[in-house]
Amino acid sequence: MFMGFLISVPLVFSLLLFATKDYAAWNKKIALAASLVTFVISVGILLQYLANPSGYPAFHPDIFRSLGFEFSLGLDGLSMLLVMLTTFLFPIIIYSGFGKEKSHRSSFFGLILLMEMALIGVFTTTDILLFYIFWEIALIPIFFVAILWGGENARAITFKFFMYTLVGGLFMLAAIVYLYVQTPGPHTFAFSEFYKVVLDPHAQKWLFLAFFLAFAIKIPVFPFHTWQPDLYFTAPTQGTMLLAGIMLKMGVYGLLRFVLPLFPDALNDLGIYAILLSVTGIIYASVIAIRQNELKRLIAYSSLAHVGLIAAGVFSRTFYGLEGAMIQMISHGVNIVGLFFCYEIIVRRTKTGAISSLGGIATKAPVFAAFFMIIMLGSISLPLTNSFIGEFLLLLGLFEYNAWLAAIAGLTIILGAVYMLWMYQRTMYGEVKEATAGFTDLTRQEIIVLVPIVAIILWIGIYPHLFLQIAEPAVRSILVIHP
Amino acid sequence: MFEYIWLVPLFPLIGFLVIFFNFRRLKGVTAGVLASIMVFIPFVISLFFFFGLMNGAEAKTVELFSWISFNKLSIPFSFLIDRLSGLMLLIVTGVGFLIHVYSIGYMKEDAGFNRFFSYMNLFVFFMLLLVLGSNYLILFIGWEGVGLCSYLLIGFWFKNQEFNNAAKKAFIMNRIGDLGFLLALFMLIHQFGTLNFAEIFSKSSAIPVGTFSITMITLLLFAGAVGKSAQIPLFTWLPDAMAGPTPVSALIHAATMVTAGVYMVARSNLLFVLAPVTLMTISVIGIATALMAGSIALFQNDIKKILAYSTVSQLGLMFVALGSGAFTGAMFHLTTHAFFKALLFLAAGSVIHALHGEQDIRKMGGLKDRIPVTFWLFIIGSLAISGIPPFAGFFSKDMILIGAFHSGYVLWVLSVAAALMTAFYMFRLLFIVFWGKAAVAADPKHPVHESPKSMTIPMSVLAVLSIIGGFIGVPALLGGSDRIQVFLAPLFSSSEAFLKHGAEVSESSEILLMTIPLLLILGVIFLAWSFYVKNRNIEQEEPERSFLGNLLYRKFYVDELYDTIVQKPVAGLSTFFHDTIEVKVIDRFVNQTGNLVVWIGKNIRYMQTGNVGAYLFFMVISIILILVLNLFK
Repeated sequence: MFMGFLISVPLVFSLLLFATKDYAAWNKKIALAASLVTFVISVGILLQYLANPSGYPAFHPDIFRSLGFEFSLGLDGLSMLLVMLTTFLFPIIIYSGFGKEKSHRSSFFGLILLMEMALIGVFTTTDILLFYIFWEIALIPIFFVAILWGGENARAITFKFFMYTLVGGLFMLAAIVYLYVQTPGPHTFAFSEFYKVVLDPHAQKWLFLAFFLAFAIKIPVFPFHTWQPDLYFTAPTQGTMLLAGIMLKMGVYGLLRFVLPLFPDALNDLGIYAILLSVTGIIYASVIAIRQNELKRLIAYSSLAHVGLIAAGVFSRTFYGLEGAMIQMISHGVNIVGLFFCYEIIVRRTKTGAISSLGGIATKAPVFAAFFMIIMLGSISLPLTNSFIGEFLLLLGLFEYNAWLAAIAGLTIILGAVYMLWMYQRTMYGEVKEATAGFTDLTRQEIIVLVPIVAIILWIGIYPHLFLQIAEPAVRSILVIHP
Repeated sequence: MFEYIWLVPLFPLIGFLVIFFNFRRLKGVTAGVLASIMVFIPFVISLFFFFGLMNGAEAKTVELFSWISFNKLSIPFSFLIDRLSGLMLLIVTGVGFLIHVYSIGYMKEDAGFNRFFSYMNLFVFFMLLLVLGSNYLILFIGWEGVGLCSYLLIGFWFKNQEFNNAAKKAFIMNRIGDLGFLLALFMLIHQFGTLNFAEIFSKSSAIPVGTFSITMITLLLFAGAVGKSAQIPLFTWLPDAMAGPTPVSALIHAATMVTAGVYMVARSNLLFVLAPVTLMTISVIGIATALMAGSIALFQNDIKKILAYSTVSQLGLMFVALGSGAFTGAMFHLTTHAFFKALLFLAAGSVIHALHGEQDIRKMGGLKDRIPVTFWLFIIGSLAISGIPPFAGFFSKDMILIGAFHSGYVLWVLSVAAALMTAFYMFRLLFIVFWGKAAVAADPKHPVHESPKSMTIPMSVLAVLSIIGGFIGVPALLGGSDRIQVFLAPLFSSSEAFLKHGAEVSESSEILLMTIPLLLILGVIFLAWSFYVKNRNIEQEEPERSFLGNLLYRKFYVDELYDTIVQKPVAGLSTFFHDTIEVKVIDRFVNQTGNLVVWIGKNIRYMQTGNVGAYLFFMVISIILILVLNLFK
C-alpha cells in the first residue's frame, strides 16, 4: 500500500506544479512538502521492511492487468537502500536552491519531482520493460533542467549527454527484447522470469556488451565518461546534485540487478576488462583532478574516480565488493551532494569557482570551514566517515579478486588526499583575497541543509550496522542466482 | 575494573566536542583548563589500571559494539587493555596532560586558543583509540585520526600557505604508508579471516617461519610504520611538521604519534618474528634512517629542525631494536624518549618564547644566565638523550645497543655511531644557545624573559622523569632488576626467546658494550665543547661548504628528488591526461561518432525524394537483389 503512495505522491505533485503558475514561494514549498512526505513514506516502508525482511513490500495494482500489462513494484535490500538515498536527498536538493532558479519555478520543481518519481520507479520496479520506461523517463527532466537553467554552452553539452545515454539505452532495449523472447512459457518481462533464462555463452557475450554499454555510459565508466565533467559543470548545481548524487546509481543498480545475475559466463570472460576499465578510470580521473582549477570540475573528476571504484567492486563479484558497492553508493550520493552544496555556497558569495582566486575563507567563515572539512574528510575516506566503510570493503573485494589491482586502485586514497587537501587549502586557508573579502558565514537555511548530510557521514562511518544489514541479503541473493 | 576502559578515550572526546561547539563562547583560558582536565582524568584512571596490571591483573578485551559485521567478517569496536596498552596509556595521558598544561601558557596570546585545545583533545582521543584498539581496524581509526589531527595542528596557523603545505605533505606521506597498511589488513583478512589481535596471534603460531604471505603482511604493515614514524623513504614530512606550534611538536611529533609505528610493530611482534626478511629490512631501514637523520641534524641551524631530525634518528634506533628482536628495548626507549624529547621540545619552546619567536640558533647565545630554569631543564634533556648515566636515555639506549649487538657487530658499530651523532648535535645546540655572548642585541621593548610557571612546572616534571625514568630498566649487571623486561614479558618473552641466536653475552663483554659507547660519547661532548664553547666556532654567514657538507646541509636533496621524480611527473601526467587523452582522443572520438551519424543521415535523406517512381525503382532493385542472393545460397 505504502509502495503505491511512494511513487504516486511525487508524480501527482509534479503534475500539480506543472499546472500552477509561477507563484513566488509557494511552488518551492509545495515541492519540498511533497518530497518530505515521500521521505516519510519511505521511512514507513523501511520500518515495514526491517520488521519483516523476507516479505518484500510490493505493489501490484490490478487496473493495468486488464490492459495486458503488468505494473509491479517491489523492494529488496538493494532497492530499499537506493530508495532511501533518493527520498533522503530530494528534499535536501530542493531546499538547497534558495530561489536561485529565477524563471519558471513551477516547471523547475515539477521536473524535479517527476525525476523523483522516475528514479523511485527505476529502483523499485520488478518488471524489466517498466524499468526501461522509467530509465528513459528519468532522462527527460534532467535534460530540460540542464538545458533551460544551465550555464555556458548548456545546449550542446546537454544534447550530447542526452544522445549518449539514449544510444546506450537503445542497445539495452534490444537486449531486453532478445531476452524476452527467450523467457520460458508465456513470455513476460518479470525479473524473476528473466533470471530463469538459460543463455549460451556466445549470446551472453553480446547481451552483456549491450547492457554494459548502457550502464557504463550512465555511471560513467572510463572511457564513456566525457559527457560528465562538462555537464556537471554547466548544469545548475541542483541538477548536478541529481546527476551525481542519484542518477548515476541507476547504472550501478543495473549492473547489480541484471548484468551480474544474467551473464555470469560472459563476466567470467569479459569481467576482467570491465574491471581494468574501472580501475583505469579511478587513476585517470584522480590524476586529472590534481590539476583542475575549477572547483566544480575538480569535484566532478573526484566523483568519477570514486564511482570507478564502485564499478570495480561490483565487477569483482565478491561478497565484500558488492556489500561495499551498496554502502558506497549511499555514501557517495550523500558526500557528492554535500560537496556540490559547499561549491554552491562559495559561488553564491564570491561569484567564482576558480580555485586560484579563492582563499582565506576559513578566517571569514569558521562554521562553514568546519562543515566543509567534515564533508571533505568523508570524501577522502577517513575512518569514522561513511566512505571509509564503503571503500574499505570495495578494496577488500577487489583484493580478493586480484591483489595487484587492489593495490593500484588503492592509490585513490593517496591521490584523493592530494587533490582534496590541495583544493581545501587553496580555497579555505591562506590569506583572504579580493573575492573572499566579504565572505559571510553560513545562514540558517544552509546549516539546515548541511546538518543531515554530516549526520549521515558520521552515522554510516561510526555505526554502519543498519546499512550493512540491509545490504547483506541483497548481496547474497545476487551472488546466489548464478553463484 | 577494566570494563570501564571506554571512559579513558571518552573524556578527551567530550573535551573536544564541548570546546569545538563553543569555540566562540569560551573565554580566557577556560578551554585550556577544560582540555587539560579532560586528559588528566584518563591519566588517573590509567594509573589505576597500570597498578592493577603490575599486580597481575589479566589482560581484557572490552567490546563496545559490533562495528563492521556481515557475512563471515566481524570487526567489533572493542578495546584491549594489557600491559603494552597500559604502558602506552600512561605515556599518552601523562605526557599529554603535561603538554596541555604547558600549552595554556604557551598559547595564551594566540587568537586560535580554543581551536588549538579542541584539536589537542581530539588528538588525544584518537591516540587512545590507537593504543587501545583490540584489532587492526580500530588501531587504524586511531592511526588515521592522529594523522588528521597532526594535519590540522601543523597547519594551525593556516594563513601561512607554507605551513599548510607542510601539513598537507605530512598527511599525504602518511597516506602512502597507510595504503601499505590497508593492503596488509586485506591480506590478514584473507589469511586469518579476522583482524582481532588475539585470534591472529594465536593462529600465527601454527604458521612456519618465512612464508611469502607472512613476509608480505609484515612488510606492508611496516610500510605503514615507515610513514607514521618518519623513516626512510617517508621521513621528510617530520622536519617540515615543525611549522606547527611547539607543544604540538612535543606531543605529536616527538612523544606520541610518531612512535605509533614502533608500538604497532611491537604489538604485532608475534607476526614479525615469523618473517626474518622483514626484521632484516626493519633493521636496515632503521639504522639508515638513524644515521642519515643524525648526520643532517649536525648541520641544521633551526632549533626545532635539529630536534625534529633528532626524533627521526631516535625512531630509527627504536626500529633497529625492533628489527633485532629487542622489542622491550624499543618500548623502553619509546618511553624514555617520550620524556626527554618532550622536555627538549618544550624547553626549546621556552627559548623561542623568551626570544619572541626566534628559531635560528646562530642568533642565540648566552642564554644561560638569562633564562636559568630553561637552561637547567635543557641540560637535563640533553644529558638524557645523549645517554649519560644515570639519566633515562642511558639505560634504554644500552638495551637497544645490546640488542643490536646480538644481530651482529656491524649493526652495533653503526648504532653507536648514531648515538655519537646524537651527543654531538645535542651539545652543539646546547653550547651555541646557552653559552657565549648574546648574538643579537637585546631589544629593550621585548626583554628576554623566563617562561611562566604554567610552562616551567610541566617541564620540571618531565625533567624528573628524564632523570629517573630509566630506573624501570636497570640491567641486572648494575644491580637492577630490569623491571620493564619483567613487566612486558607476557607480550614479548616468547618472541624474544624465539629469536635468541647464539650464546648469551658474557658479563665482561656486557660491561665493555656499556662503557665503550659511554666513553666515546663523553669524548664527543668534549669535542663539541671545544668547538662551540672554547673556540666559539659559529659561522654567522652561509659558509663555503664542501660537497659532503652541502649534501648534509641540504638534507641529501631528498625533497628535491621527490619533487623531480614524483611531483613533477604526476603534474605533467595530469596535464597530458586532460589536454591530450581526454580532449583530443576520447572526446574527439565520441564527437566524431556523433558527427558520422549526422553525416550519414544528411546524405541518406536524399533517397527520400517523395517521387513514387523512384521508390518503385528501389523496390524492384531490392527484390531482384534478394532473389539473386537466395539463388547463391
